[in-house]
Amino acid sequence: MAFLQISSVHKRFGSYAALENVNLSVQQGEVIALIGHSGCGKSTLLSMIAGLSQPTQGEILLEGRPLKGPGPERGVVFQNYSLLPWLSVYQNVKVAVASVHRERTDDEKARITEKFLQIVGLWAHRHKKPGEISGGMKQRTALARALATNPKLLLLDEPFGALDALTRANLQDELLRVWDSTLEDSFLRAIWGGERKTILLVTHDIEEAIYLCDRIAVMSNGPAASIGKVVEVPLPRPRDRRQMLESRAYVEIKEELLHLLTVVYAKKAA
Amino acid sequence: MERIVRKPASRGLAVPKPLLTGLNALTGFFVLLLAWHVLSHTVAPKVPEPSKTLGIFWQMFINPFYDNGPNDKGIGLQLWLSLERVFVGFGLGALIAVPLGILIGASEGLRAMLNPVIQMLRPVSPLAWFPVGLAAFQASEQAAIFVIAICSLWPTLINTALGVGSIPQDYRNVARVYAFSPWTYLTCVVLPHSLLYVLTGFRLGMGIAWMVIVAAEMLAGGTGVGFFVWDSYNSGQLEYVMASILFIGLVGWALDSALGWLVRRFSHG
Repeated sequence: MAFLQISSVHKRFGSYAALENVNLSVQQGEVIALIGHSGCGKSTLLSMIAGLSQPTQGEILLEGRPLKGPGPERGVVFQNYSLLPWLSVYQNVKVAVASVHRERTDDEKARITEKFLQIVGLWAHRHKKPGEISGGMKQRTALARALATNPKLLLLDEPFGALDALTRANLQDELLRVWDSTLEDSFLRAIWGGERKTILLVTHDIEEAIYLCDRIAVMSNGPAASIGKVVEVPLPRPRDRRQMLESRAYVEIKEELLHLLTVVYAKKAA
Repeated sequence: MERIVRKPASRGLAVPKPLLTGLNALTGFFVLLLAWHVLSHTVAPKVPEPSKTLGIFWQMFINPFYDNGPNDKGIGLQLWLSLERVFVGFGLGALIAVPLGILIGASEGLRAMLNPVIQMLRPVSPLAWFPVGLAAFQASEQAAIFVIAICSLWPTLINTALGVGSIPQDYRNVARVYAFSPWTYLTCVVLPHSLLYVLTGFRLGMGIAWMVIVAAEMLAGGTGVGFFVWDSYNSGQLEYVMASILFIGLVGWALDSALGWLVRRFSHG
């Protein structure tokens, strides 16, 4: 049984058919990307998996159970960060940690918050309000908030889109380390357990998708978009970015994805 | 180029901005006094002229807190007694309006149910509420406070509901995904988002409360600036009525400025 099973999902907004007959199964511990042109319904699908909206038809099963609304076992990094503007960076993460890790002591909650702010490199800026930091820092805060709640499934809606190339590469590596549970910190390892996280991310960035993922689901264009081809990424892990970029397999996957996006599912002329 | 841009004349005429604002305000008051003077010497000869009124105003101003028994108190004491009633009545109104506003803002069903009731009760005059208060509490003091509470709570109620109803979907999604408790949702999302709306409601409600207090005290009698105005009229001392109007206006202005300052303070944080 798949960890996450999306079966014949349709989504209509009034008379507009956004998604039609979407099927996808995701294994536990897998990293999978949804890639496609803007407006193809990637974020709509992600929001249904998050439980924030319901499919018009079809169903989504998580560990065999149908979804009933959102829940902390599915951490979300929203595209527009969705930080609470009146709370500091620290408080934004802490309030989620305190809500999700209710059974933990205050000291543990504070330590979890601190560790994840350090992972995303925001500990020095913890007292700032979202209005006082850059878009990239907001995105890192949102990522820290999602990671710190220890979800089984991480849903990332273009998580690194607003970042400069260097920060993006660093955070991608951090994300993989968190995913792989290879964190050096024993406290965090104890909290996270040895099991790999399942990650589903929406992205525009082909290189990012290949570097991070085991599989890449290419979406066809809307209206009535669906998941077209799912491309496997058989590159061994742990991956080295420079080696990967020079490898033949990488070039072939990239060619295939480009072909799918620009020819097979090309954006229809308006 | 620079020589053409710099004009020596602008330096000679420069007036500091606060001074200019002050001068403008003084001109406004001068126009008011002039109009008042002309009117009191033409169409309304019974209304005391500004010079007499300002003399009385000054006498009242320099000795505000004397107390010669129930019928002869300084204007400062009278204003203070009125302010006390306003704060108690307004506070009681807010205690009802803020929680009710949060509920109405959070529930569309409740909004649909209560909005017509609110729209119907909101325009009712304080003078009409007074007998209701008298009947309910059998005492004019409590009736006056009741009237202030019920007339001043509407802006707070409506604004709070507006604030709570306008919480962005993004923030609600965060609360849902991260399983905020109702208490966390209230303190970390609802209240911070609605604070400015609530304070603006307070400001409008306070303005109403200060208008209502004069009418309520005229009916209630005994003490307060409203009683003082009515009592002065009955004893034929119209200068005191006119001077009291100036005091009432100044205190209302101060109340509004204080709440306006509060609104501005929180709109930057």
